[in-house]
Amino acid sequence: MAYGGYDSGAATAVTPVTVKILVAGGFGAGKTTLVGSVSEIRPLRTEETLSERSELVDSLYGVEQKSTTTVAMDFGRITIRDDLVVYLFGTPGQRRFWFMWDDLSYGALGAVVLADERRLADCFPSIDYFERNNIPFVVAVNSFGGAQHHSLETITQALSLSGRVPVIRCDARRRASSRDVLVTLAEHAIARHHEAQFA
Amino acid sequence: MQLEGEWFDSEAGPVVRPYALTGGLTRPSGQRLDLIDLVRAARTAGRNLPLSPEQAEVLQRCQIPVPLVELAADLNLPTGVVRILVSDLRDRGLVTIHRSKPVGLSDLKILQEVVDGLRRL
Repeated sequence: MAYGGYDSGAATAVTPVTVKILVAGGFGAGKTTLVGSVSEIRPLRTEETLSERSELVDSLYGVEQKSTTTVAMDFGRITIRDDLVVYLFGTPGQRRFWFMWDDLSYGALGAVVLADERRLADCFPSIDYFERNNIPFVVAVNSFGGAQHHSLETITQALSLSGRVPVIRCDARRRASSRDVLVTLAEHAIARHHEAQFA
Repeated sequence: MQLEGEWFDSEAGPVVRPYALTGGLTRPSGQRLDLIDLVRAARTAGRNLPLSPEQAEVLQRCQIPVPLVELAADLNLPTGVVRILVSDLRDRGLVTIHRSKPVGLSDLKILQEVVDGLRRL
């Protein structure tokens, strides 16, 4: 891709700052839908190769194993300005992919945990991960435009969230709704920043 | 690696082993490369270099700064393979890496700019 404002012939062009936001959650919770609804590009898919021993060694960086499996990761892009670009990464939240999350979450602004209230437990591993690693996150309950079975208070209790983690509803198919989730996350990250200053 | 009209499909797994695409290298060298680090061809990168087709394609696509993850998607290669290709090109002085700055809780200015920018979407 060519970033706007970047002329390949000009040496003076600005190199953009790139920022990561992660989108986690169980299978079918709407990760790719959310990435797609708010991204300026159709979500692109890339794959990470894992060796069979992936949980025992830092195999993310190696390709020496003959027996490899791959885990797909979808990503999208939001160009805030010519010199500031946000990348959204949607990827499986199961525990066995945690070593991959270590790489993905390095330096990230924060994470969105998508929850399906019919299968709330599916997002527990993602919440565990971000709590443990002190990464700012919000929980977005994807309503899929359908019925709401539980109140947000009940869901918050069921998730036994620590601190003041925002729990909001969203419809991941709608751009404005997905955008609001990201705004909530970024605002939460700022609040966490201020908390850290005065801690 | 998708070859249309063949008897196998992606379910069969990769047809070419990853290390065959990396000239036998199995690990990236040097500092860790992030998925959003920007890769750019060095001005000195000339023609007629002994490059694999994949490396030549990386070089061609990063005449402007491109994040590693977009190179992987464009080339339809696993990110692990692209990390190795790029780190090898870097060691040979053919690309430069612009490292992304961790945002985390540290950079209030960027966080505020992201909030403002998202609100305008």
